[in-house]
Amino acid sequence: MNLNATLFAQLIVFFILVWFSMKFVWPPITKALDDRAKKIADGLAAAERGKHELELASKRSAEVVREGKEKSADVLAAAEKRAVQIIEDAKAQAKVEADRIVTAARADVEQEVVRAREQLRDQVAALAVAGAEKILRKEINAGAHADILVAIKQGL
Amino acid sequence: MATENVANAAAHSGPTQGEYIVHHLTHLNTTGEAQKSIVDWSVINLDSFIFSTALGVIAVLLLWLVASRATAGVPGRLQAAIEVLVEMVADQAKGIIHDAKSRLFVAPLALTVFVWIFFMNAMDLLPLDVLPTLWSQYYAATGHDPHHAYLRIVPSADLNITLAMALGVLSVCLYYNIKIKGIGGWVHELFAAPFGSHPVLAPINFLMQMIEFAAKTISHGMRLFGNMYAGELVFMLIALMGAAWAGTHSLSGGLLFAGHVIAGSIWAIFHILIITLQAFIFMMLTLVYVGQAHESH
Repeated sequence: MNLNATLFAQLIVFFILVWFSMKFVWPPITKALDDRAKKIADGLAAAERGKHELELASKRSAEVVREGKEKSADVLAAAEKRAVQIIEDAKAQAKVEADRIVTAARADVEQEVVRAREQLRDQVAALAVAGAEKILRKEINAGAHADILVAIKQGL
Repeated sequence: MATENVANAAAHSGPTQGEYIVHHLTHLNTTGEAQKSIVDWSVINLDSFIFSTALGVIAVLLLWLVASRATAGVPGRLQAAIEVLVEMVADQAKGIIHDAKSRLFVAPLALTVFVWIFFMNAMDLLPLDVLPTLWSQYYAATGHDPHHAYLRIVPSADLNITLAMALGVLSVCLYYNIKIKGIGGWVHELFAAPFGSHPVLAPINFLMQMIEFAAKTISHGMRLFGNMYAGELVFMLIALMGAAWAGTHSLSGGLLFAGHVIAGSIWAIFHILIITLQAFIFMMLTLVYVGQAHESH
């Protein structure tokens, strides 16, 4: 352990190397480190923002779905109402038609009855004439006695 | 058998154990032989200076290589490793030195010191005799006496190197003392701290301050030197076991060889911790001392 001029030489080298490292080594590395730290911080912030936006979007989409559901329910209700209305209308119309048919039928039947009665009257009149012929054993002139026959007919 | 050994030793005419160690502990300097006096400013240890400068340049160029290609994107492995180092130093500096402007100088200083000392210490892990042997062969081949081919490859086991770095740190401390407190403020502190400003206490304060500066700097340099010098010496002692075996072919000689291998491995593995730890301690003390220069008493 002797001391000699190596000490001074080393002292000079020491400061040259320290100067070099201060000038050319330290700044780029710390800059890279700081830049990376900033990059990572930015990335994290962006991720956070993305997450927030996703939340908003999903909220918005849920809103839209809810609205759609509501609207479709409304449409369904209206359709149902309309269907019921149509059925009611049809029912009412059918009833009117049925009434009309029944009335017409009734009129027909009445007419038929009247006609049948007329026929019956004619036949009975003929029967009565035949009967009277048989009873009187005497020909009766239908033409001469038409007024009588009509009177009988009326009397039936 | 004893005579056989002697005969062998005589035949090899190898160095004795004492000679081996002394040879390994002698610097290659400008005089070509061991320095006689404790202090001689006309001598330069060429080996320490060359290895220290080369390792320092390699260390700083390595850092520069990474720094010049540093990207803020995904780093490669080398960049990541250097970044870990830089981050470690930056964190320590931030905790100790609160002046952001000073840190722009002190943090790279601490990084340089750490990497450089680590590299210098790591020279201890090279096989002890490889470079000195190559050197003595070259020395002999160029027509010199190989017995004077001295070479020490661990610069941090040279007090000149470590003390120079400690003095460098001391001068940085003095610079910041004056820069932060002003020349007047610092001189006042020299006479007023640590015991308080009173005319009677002034000389005692000043003496204490001088002792403090001297103790800090000398212990700073001596600690690293002592650790590395002792580590080197232990490697030499371990190597002597193998050397003792090389002359014999007996059972005890075989045990010596095994001892060399086992002890050498253990010490080398342990030394990985020491070289890192000593570099770290030197760096931390650098930061602490410069940090103290920022604090007013």
